[in-house]
Amino acid sequence: MSRSAEKVPEDMKSAEGAPRHPSAAEQQWVEQIPTPTLAKAPERPIGADTGVNRNPDGTARFTTISGVPVDRLYTPADLPADWDQHVDRYVGQPGQPPYTRGIHATGYRGKLWTMRQFSGFATPEETNQRYKYLLENGGNGLSVAFDLPTLMGYDSDHANSEGEVGKCGVAIDSLEDMEILFSGIDLEKTTVSMTINSPASVLWAMYLVVAEQQGADWKKISGTLQNDILKEYIAQKEYIYPPAPSMRLVIDTFEFGALFTPRFNPISISGYHIREAGATALQELAFTIYDGVEYVEWALRRGLNIDDFAPRLSFFFNSHNDFFEEIAKFRASRKIWYRLMTERFHAKQARSQLMRFHTQTAGVSLTAQQPRNNIARVAIQALAAVLGGTQSLHTDSYDEALALPTEEAARIALRTQQILAYESGVAQTVDPLGGSYFVENLTLKMEQGAFDYFDKLDAMGGMVRAIEQGFPQKELAESSYQYQRAVETKEKIIVGVNDFVVEETSPQILYIGESVRESQTAKLKRLRARRSNDDVARCLSALRRAAAQEPQATPGKISGANTMPYILDCVRVYATVGEICEALRDVYGTYEESSWT
Amino acid sequence: MTAGKETPIRVLVAKPGLDGHDRGAKVIARALRDAGMEVIYTGLRQTPEMIVNAAIQEDVQCIGLSILSGAHNAIVPRLMALLKERGADDILVVLGGTIPEQDIAFLKEQGVAAIFGPGTPLETTVEFIRANVKPRGLAA
Repeated sequence: MSRSAEKVPEDMKSAEGAPRHPSAAEQQWVEQIPTPTLAKAPERPIGADTGVNRNPDGTARFTTISGVPVDRLYTPADLPADWDQHVDRYVGQPGQPPYTRGIHATGYRGKLWTMRQFSGFATPEETNQRYKYLLENGGNGLSVAFDLPTLMGYDSDHANSEGEVGKCGVAIDSLEDMEILFSGIDLEKTTVSMTINSPASVLWAMYLVVAEQQGADWKKISGTLQNDILKEYIAQKEYIYPPAPSMRLVIDTFEFGALFTPRFNPISISGYHIREAGATALQELAFTIYDGVEYVEWALRRGLNIDDFAPRLSFFFNSHNDFFEEIAKFRASRKIWYRLMTERFHAKQARSQLMRFHTQTAGVSLTAQQPRNNIARVAIQALAAVLGGTQSLHTDSYDEALALPTEEAARIALRTQQILAYESGVAQTVDPLGGSYFVENLTLKMEQGAFDYFDKLDAMGGMVRAIEQGFPQKELAESSYQYQRAVETKEKIIVGVNDFVVEETSPQILYIGESVRESQTAKLKRLRARRSNDDVARCLSALRRAAAQEPQATPGKISGANTMPYILDCVRVYATVGEICEALRDVYGTYEESSWT
Repeated sequence: MTAGKETPIRVLVAKPGLDGHDRGAKVIARALRDAGMEVIYTGLRQTPEMIVNAAIQEDVQCIGLSILSGAHNAIVPRLMALLKERGADDILVVLGGTIPEQDIAFLKEQGVAAIFGPGTPLETTVEFIRANVKPRGLAA
């Protein structure tokens, strides 16, 4: 096949605007080479010869993990007729619109991607040790995983926190915990990403105060707040308040960030969780970018200027198993965002028009069976992210289908990135797959598919409306069921799970007991006895009053009702995450989704 | 078994704790439904009290819990104690999710009939429930 593929381009160098049907040379090739071969030895599907793997005529069908059909061979006939003529418009040059080929003119030659490993578990003390370990081992950014009570705005001693404290991430109750978490870590020099959504402004305020205590300049610190509430309603379901007030809190951080922390990304618009919840690659791409559109619309309605906040909007994608489909998704994402920012929102600054994104390998693809096989999966997914031009990358640890990673597993994950960066040579050339008939065709299909979804979502009145109607939720539930069905019938093979199975013993895992809740509870008790509870009550009432008002932007000044300054006041007097979120619950109420099953 | 064939088995799929990752719960709910069972899905963040109330009210023969967050050792004993208190401990309780091996014996002692880890075929869960639920209408 590779020999034939080499031959084709020579014969196929068609004139600009040539019709996009296969050329005479290609037809001839089909008749002379594959047709007789197929008569003797028909193609066989990868996986069971049923369902998605069969065409209606009984021949083998090949599809991506998302179910998108893939052809035997791609040729110039698979590119648009005017490709050669308008290649600048279709893909452009690296560092140039529409940024399909990446946002940097020199790719990774000037700067490698940031190796940012997501971690957090148990107490702030233990996580602080893990951070120092990662930084000593060559990681160059931090990414905080918070536990479920923190994500849901409860203190460790709340009844709903029982059994959950420190399990899925680090437990943070007050500024005191944040001080411990970053003790000995220079926040002006280290970029920190925080995976926190509904209570994002609270944790961000704590971070800013710790930076201030260290003497760091807010204008210089950089990092990323996840703060993407829309994907919580769609996928991960860690929401507290209803959509409208949640969106208002997000826009408060945009406004605050634009004025006071110009190098901090107040949001990471995330497809990662949408994919993990069962979306196809296209659904991940389309819903994520459309979430971005929704945030922009809300910020504009607040009265913010597009070029004041858009440069700091950042994105976060999943890198799943299907290598080329993922690369196409990453390449398409930049072009789609460029088109939206210029055509729909008329952003003027280049920084507003280019999409920067973080990538994490697909946790959902990891198997509990033969877990060391995950090292290979992660390496392939990481390679796709790099070839897709990611700005930063988290590689999953091989044992994550079983538990939070052990130190050894976390080190192998980081080493995987270092092998890609320093040994494989893939970082030496910008967008090495640009111009591949296959990858360019997939990239264009991704773009088209995304805009089709955008039309549907526009017609529904935007993402908040679509969420209220359950549209993205139902789309995901359907895709994840279809995929599971394909796995059950072995139409899609998962090595070690539905094929190539062995008997095995479980590996050593990181086990977190109930002691974290006890120690956090004791710390909270001491804190509440030590701090001025009058100051806390006063700051919380001021926050409630601001939260109840409608903020209106005035140029160069922060809205009077922007919640961020009030949250900072609460944090400084050591009000807890639970207390601050409770104050906002008093004003906004809570959200319950209908069951879309 | 024969009674089960005439009237569909009723199952409550429940998602306790603070975690919102509901992909597994939804896939399993649909698979059980496709296998002919009547499935009620509780939605997210249900306390053991809410789950036991729903199970009794809906007269289910099986409760399927989905727990991925590590909170199983706190949730399961409370739920099992409540079922016993309410005289509903004839309800089959199965658990799916990421459960460390060292916790399995404890959870089974508490009365969990089966634990299905990541990668379990849907059919395994369906078959287990079919084979192990108590037919309806018979006293516990």
